[in-house]
Amino acid sequence: MQLYGALLLLPAAVLLATFAYLPTIATLINSLFLPGFRGEPAEFVGLENYQLLIDDTTFWRVARNNLIYALGTIPTSIAIALGMALFVNARLPGRGFVRMAYFTPTILPMIAAANIWMFFYAPQIGLFNKLLGAFGLSGVNWLGDPSVALTSVIVMTVWKEAGFFMIFYLAALQSIPPELKEASDLEGTSRWSFFWRVTFPLLMPTTLFVLINALINAVRVVDHLFILTKGGPNNATNLLLYYVYENAFSFFDRTYAATITVVILLVLGVVATVKFAILDRRTHYQ
Amino acid sequence: MRARLSFPLTALAAAVLSASPALADDPVELTMYYPIAVGGALTDVIDELVDEFEAEHPTISVDAIYAGNYDDTRVRAMSAIEAGDAPQLSVLFSIDLYELLEQDAIVAFDDLLESDAEREWLDSFYPGLMENGQVDGQTYGIPFQRSTIVLYWNKDAFEAAGLDPETPPETWDDMAEMAAAVREASGGDQWGVMVPSTGYPYWMFQAFAFQNGHRLMSDDGTEVYFDDPAAVEALEYWVSLSQEHEAMPDGTIEWGTLRQNFIEQSTAMMWHTTGNLTAVRNEADFEFGVAMLPMKTQRGSPTGGGNFYIFNDTTEEEQRAAMTFIRWMTDPERAAAWSIETGYMGVSPDAYETELLRDYVETFAPAAVARDQLEHGTAELSTYQGGRVRRALDNAVQAALTGQMTPAEALAQAQREADGVLRRYAR
Repeated sequence: MQLYGALLLLPAAVLLATFAYLPTIATLINSLFLPGFRGEPAEFVGLENYQLLIDDTTFWRVARNNLIYALGTIPTSIAIALGMALFVNARLPGRGFVRMAYFTPTILPMIAAANIWMFFYAPQIGLFNKLLGAFGLSGVNWLGDPSVALTSVIVMTVWKEAGFFMIFYLAALQSIPPELKEASDLEGTSRWSFFWRVTFPLLMPTTLFVLINALINAVRVVDHLFILTKGGPNNATNLLLYYVYENAFSFFDRTYAATITVVILLVLGVVATVKFAILDRRTHYQ
Repeated sequence: MRARLSFPLTALAAAVLSASPALADDPVELTMYYPIAVGGALTDVIDELVDEFEAEHPTISVDAIYAGNYDDTRVRAMSAIEAGDAPQLSVLFSIDLYELLEQDAIVAFDDLLESDAEREWLDSFYPGLMENGQVDGQTYGIPFQRSTIVLYWNKDAFEAAGLDPETPPETWDDMAEMAAAVREASGGDQWGVMVPSTGYPYWMFQAFAFQNGHRLMSDDGTEVYFDDPAAVEALEYWVSLSQEHEAMPDGTIEWGTLRQNFIEQSTAMMWHTTGNLTAVRNEADFEFGVAMLPMKTQRGSPTGGGNFYIFNDTTEEEQRAAMTFIRWMTDPERAAAWSIETGYMGVSPDAYETELLRDYVETFAPAAVARDQLEHGTAELSTYQGGRVRRALDNAVQAALTGQMTPAEALAQAQREADGVLRRYAR
């Protein structure tokens, strides 16, 4: 019987081992080597790569950028998603159309969206500066000015993600029994306290799910940087995964890329522990 | 059970048999990755060329895969090699040479030559375009989509600003003055000049430095000279175009949207690759001209663009087939047609001797500017650890243009970074 259970687990275990555990271990091992110099075999250097990482100012810059990026995108896109979901869950004319409009950014491939936004942001010919120009304001170099470039990337991400998260909230809202609303109406509860005392707590599992997804996306982002900024100007928009990519494929430094990856994995491991240990316990599942 | 198994097994056996090279009449299959870094529907052009080649050479089939920009294409090719599914040939950045050598990925064309005709072919290209493809007297890269940076100027805008529409700037001072004049005459609606500073900032900077008589790297790719006073002066001039002359926008200027800026006349001049020439010609609804870049102490532009490489993880038969394909693609007639379709230069003097390109240059003079400028060309920045070294310089250029550092500080920092990276390569 135990064998039967093990066999049932086997397919999933094989997939996980092939695509998660083995690469993770290989990355860990790689991070302890230096790449071979002019065709020579790789050289074992222990923790030297980690020492390099600690001294690498670009890495810290990139890590800080990514933190700002996460703080900028996650709460905003979740709040907007919830707002949009509440809005399109109500009875309003053309509801289907509005829902579709909100969801449209999600179905665009990231690269396509980034290409569109590159032209929104273009300083002279772009949509945003034309709009500003109509009000007599001089334009901003959205992606070329290091003080606003990261914010510009954040805004695009929020636009892209909010519609996706809205779908989950919309589904969750529709699964809340209408009796609760009727009962609270009888009690004369205000809409405000109904939302905070009933709706929002019931949405917690969804919020947690969306939060985890947003977090994954904040670390996973790499594609639109290729189009929008290539991490520039002067690393102002460089994010962790893009930095990994640069090291691995532009600089051909696989072992240093592996080192950064290990550090990202460690941080995400800590976040996952926090999620299981704290957030899950405080979340009310139906 | 047996009956069920037999079908997939037969299918598998058939697949193995048909994939086996032992069968006669099977064409040699080649895979090639190639990049596009300019505008226009160039994938169609490549597909047509490949079809034509296959029709002429039934024993060779070529799978040409568009793989994005130069960086993406390198990634695709290198990952394919790592995955054991190496392409036989690819078009990659001409300056990827040192890294490809370091990865032990490519073969020298000299080792593949079998006849005098092939030797002649190898010697038929412009020497200036071969510089980035050669190390220690061996040739590893064959020029294909090669460019220099040229100056595009809007004749209508020059006229409106009271400048002679037929006279592009000759010197740095001319360019700054003319750009400022356009800016002023348009009441601030039009910029004077734009030089892209994303994508390939090091490339543009190299042009400025070379015009000031300065080369940024040693011939053997082991040393760079970023913090030289001539280089600092070059970056100062670039920065002054926006800071002092107020003729170029602040911050960085996007490589990808710059052509559109020029087409929509939001700038009167732009520096861009000659590879965009045909796209500009097709889209601009105003009179424009193309000129060599202006000079400080000398004319100059680095060459740029992509070369053919043959990878070494391939059979001899495949390498011969790849050679045949590359020779066919760089044949003067094809090079001429490719140059007309894109604006990239004809890679050999013979290409400009073809009737096709001679006629074209006669009716459309800008098509010859890149070639003429080759006389004042220099190899593109290419060193060991080229990715890191270029990135250090890119950051320095962007830091200076966005006012985060002075040009001298920025270049000193880039020099320190590059020195650190190149330390172990010094001979």
